[in-house]
Amino acid sequence: MSNPLIEVRNLGIAFGRGAAAVPVVRGVSFALGREKLGIVGESGAGKSTVGRALMRLLPPAARVTADRMAFRDTDLLAASERQMMELRGRRMGLILQDPKYSLNPVVPVGEQIAEAWRLHHKGPAREARERTLAILEAVKIRDPARVARLYPHEISGGMGQRVMIAMMLIAGPDVVIADEPTSALDVTVRLEVLHLLDELIESRGLGLILISHDLNLVRRFCDRVVIMYAGRVMEILPAADLERAEHPYTRGLLASLPSIHRAQDRLPVLRRDPAWLAGAGGTP
Amino acid sequence: MTATFSAPQGGLRAWLKTDAPRTVFQSAMQQLYRGWRRFATHPLGLAGLAVILLLVIAAVAAPWLTAYDPIAQDMVNRLQPPSAAHWFGTDEFGRDVFARVVYGARTTIYIILLVTIIVAPIGLLIGACAGYLGGWVDEVLMRVTDIFLSFPGLVLALGFAAALGPGITNAIIAIALTAWPPMARLARAEALSLRKADFIAAVRLQGASKTRIITRHILPMCLPSLVVRLTLNMAGIILTAAGLGFLGLGAQPPLPEWGAMVSTGREFMIDCPWVITAPGIAIAVVSLAFNLAGDALRDVLDPRSGE
Amino acid sequence: MTTVDTFNRPARFLRMRRLSGRTLSVVVTLVGLMLLTFSMGRLLPADPVLAVTGSEVDKATYDRVYQELGLDQPVWQQFLSYVGRVATGDMGRSLTTGQPVSADLLSVFPATIELALVAILCGTLVGVPLGVAAAVNRGRPIDHVARVIGLAGHSVPIFWLGLIALILFYAKLQWVAASGRIDILNEGMVPPITGLLLLDTALQGEWDVFRDALGHIILPGAILGYYSVAYISRMTRSFMLEQLGQEYIVSARAKGVSRRRMIWAHAFKNIRVQLLTVLALTFGGLLDGAVLIETVFGWPGLGQYLTRGLKMNDMNVVMGAVLLIGITFLVINIISDRLYRILDPRTR
Repeated sequence: MSNPLIEVRNLGIAFGRGAAAVPVVRGVSFALGREKLGIVGESGAGKSTVGRALMRLLPPAARVTADRMAFRDTDLLAASERQMMELRGRRMGLILQDPKYSLNPVVPVGEQIAEAWRLHHKGPAREARERTLAILEAVKIRDPARVARLYPHEISGGMGQRVMIAMMLIAGPDVVIADEPTSALDVTVRLEVLHLLDELIESRGLGLILISHDLNLVRRFCDRVVIMYAGRVMEILPAADLERAEHPYTRGLLASLPSIHRAQDRLPVLRRDPAWLAGAGGTP
Repeated sequence: MTATFSAPQGGLRAWLKTDAPRTVFQSAMQQLYRGWRRFATHPLGLAGLAVILLLVIAAVAAPWLTAYDPIAQDMVNRLQPPSAAHWFGTDEFGRDVFARVVYGARTTIYIILLVTIIVAPIGLLIGACAGYLGGWVDEVLMRVTDIFLSFPGLVLALGFAAALGPGITNAIIAIALTAWPPMARLARAEALSLRKADFIAAVRLQGASKTRIITRHILPMCLPSLVVRLTLNMAGIILTAAGLGFLGLGAQPPLPEWGAMVSTGREFMIDCPWVITAPGIAIAVVSLAFNLAGDALRDVLDPRSGE
Repeated sequence: MTTVDTFNRPARFLRMRRLSGRTLSVVVTLVGLMLLTFSMGRLLPADPVLAVTGSEVDKATYDRVYQELGLDQPVWQQFLSYVGRVATGDMGRSLTTGQPVSADLLSVFPATIELALVAILCGTLVGVPLGVAAAVNRGRPIDHVARVIGLAGHSVPIFWLGLIALILFYAKLQWVAASGRIDILNEGMVPPITGLLLLDTALQGEWDVFRDALGHIILPGAILGYYSVAYISRMTRSFMLEQLGQEYIVSARAKGVSRRRMIWAHAFKNIRVQLLTVLALTFGGLLDGAVLIETVFGWPGLGQYLTRGLKMNDMNVVMGAVLLIGITFLVINIISDRLYRILDPRTR
């Protein structure tokens, strides 16, 4: 890929120090362009950790190593905290899972969105306010002026997630990392929010990393898919090619999805091969 | 390491560590042993426990620890600074301060024991009944508890101590009256959560009466957190007792009581600061010991409520 | 849009019902308080008749005073008349001062309030930043220092610390003044407006007297405040730790919020209301320590009034002072509860 937005080579993340260090992510490599990249895996596969590592938002106990971890020309590993603060929100955004917890409970949502703008742009409060209302409209919230005054506990889950998206997009980033963005939402609302995300990503030409445990969701929504297991990448392939996946883990995942089209007695149980833990797989 | 120990030791250890205890007693002892091992990993808690043991030793072995009589006056030697003969100096009546501090430990132990004996059962019972029985019993009992909690601790103790008259036992009763509400609150909280437990429902289905449920099942479960809270609150109780002593309630002269010693030494404190230094430090050290031991105990018995 | 309950009653009705429930609860607690103080008063070993008449008295006078004091009535009737009297502000007369107790209380109460306010100020100024620092730097040296300070606050007897402080700062260093609120020379120089000397002198521009008052209040206030540092810093630390582990902190940082802003504008903002409750509780707890500190420093407040009444077996004084402290405590708790409701957007 030429000019990737994000490039990751041989990423390793461990918690703890020295002999007691627990490796959580090993040998992960991938690249992101202006596309929708999905990272799929079971709980504990390390997907969220990778997402947060890119923004350097892991707790201090985490040790991040990589041959390369870069956003455009900026080396994310070597960047200072000040540089990272400038990147966060302005160039890279992170959408979290549950708006009930990921929004500040004692601040009205409009103010939280405006803060994302004002952290990176000097200007009068009026401008921030106008931009907030504009982005709220862009995420399809009716009556944005009223909603902006509400507190997070006064809005529904779907609305909250739209607010979250608005908050992370207002400063105009190039890359958005969405960590399980619809897992906390009702099924009926999920599609709407995903649709919205799709529109915004396409219209602004952003790169999206969608982290999820839902393979079906990812295969339908994303352009390419990264399959992770136990902190390692098993396979990377275009979403359209998933049926033709080669790695046994991917095949196992696909086989364990119930299908309305196939006749099945029993869902096959995924057999885990310890050989998958040795060596990194996948082509960027 | 077991190889270097003789057989009986190895036997006790094995008995304590086996996975399949054969009697309830053995199981209880095993829990005690495990709890002790956990406790022993807290150096500060051990230090606190050591100080408490020291307190007990001082109280019991007082006559052997000091040759002086804490009550006998010796006006010739009054207000002597610390020296080889009088480690902590002498007070305004010529009494050896060290001896008075050591004998004062007896008063402190008396306070601790008596308060525990009064407060623990009352608090437990009231709290457990309120929590388990619910309804108007709960309302009434909690209302009473709240009223007692409406006064700051020392003030309430002051009021009662004054009402009952001077004397150490009256002071202890007064303190006990202020110390039981937190215990009752705690027991009630535990009982409330236990009320919905399956094993309680099972025992009820077997026909157990309310009394039996409360005494045999609920009360024992409330004990661990109660022990922790009581140990932690003991520091405050000792401070309250010292405060009462300072104000002239509590142990009456010439009995040695650390708070009273600070009060009487006050007159001379500018020129003879040693008279009030030693008893004050004694109070602080013992209080601290209970705080530390209580913290460690909380980690062992009730890890959920820790930080 | 008004909220309704299942029977479709409007919100205003519900609010009033809640309010009356709370008022009832407060009234019951008040009555309970008075029951406690009443029983304290009745238990006092001194004979109340002799206290009024003196020990040399003939039977006729004794009987007359006995009747006057209402001691021949059944206990419950005595209690009711006690409640009635207190409700109208009559708490009897003090034996030692000869004044009505309520008048005495009115004159000494501001002194204690001032002391407690200074103490809370000191305690908050030290305790809150300490707690925040301990939470943000969990496990590191400052955390341990905060813990030690907290432990010391729970272990060292306050009256002893006050005495040691007096020896050090007054006798040896001569930095502060001795007992009382101001020098005898300055007494009565400034007409009282609020009863709080610092405020009164500042409002009227009497800076000399202000400095004098400050020199007198700073040591007892600081020592009393030190005791609240333990509790305040521990609760602040605990609240902050809870907030710092929340997801919204991550999303704030993901926006590009700096560490300092994250701590104060985000995490701290969420604990402000809880801290207020802590401060209110601390204020009540200070009343405890104030009794001892006032005795040590000769501070002419409620605490000293109480302990002097105790020594003289002055029943009315003891009952009145204890009741006032209890009522203050109750009022503080009620206020803090209401404040919590008003300030936390989640409970509106």
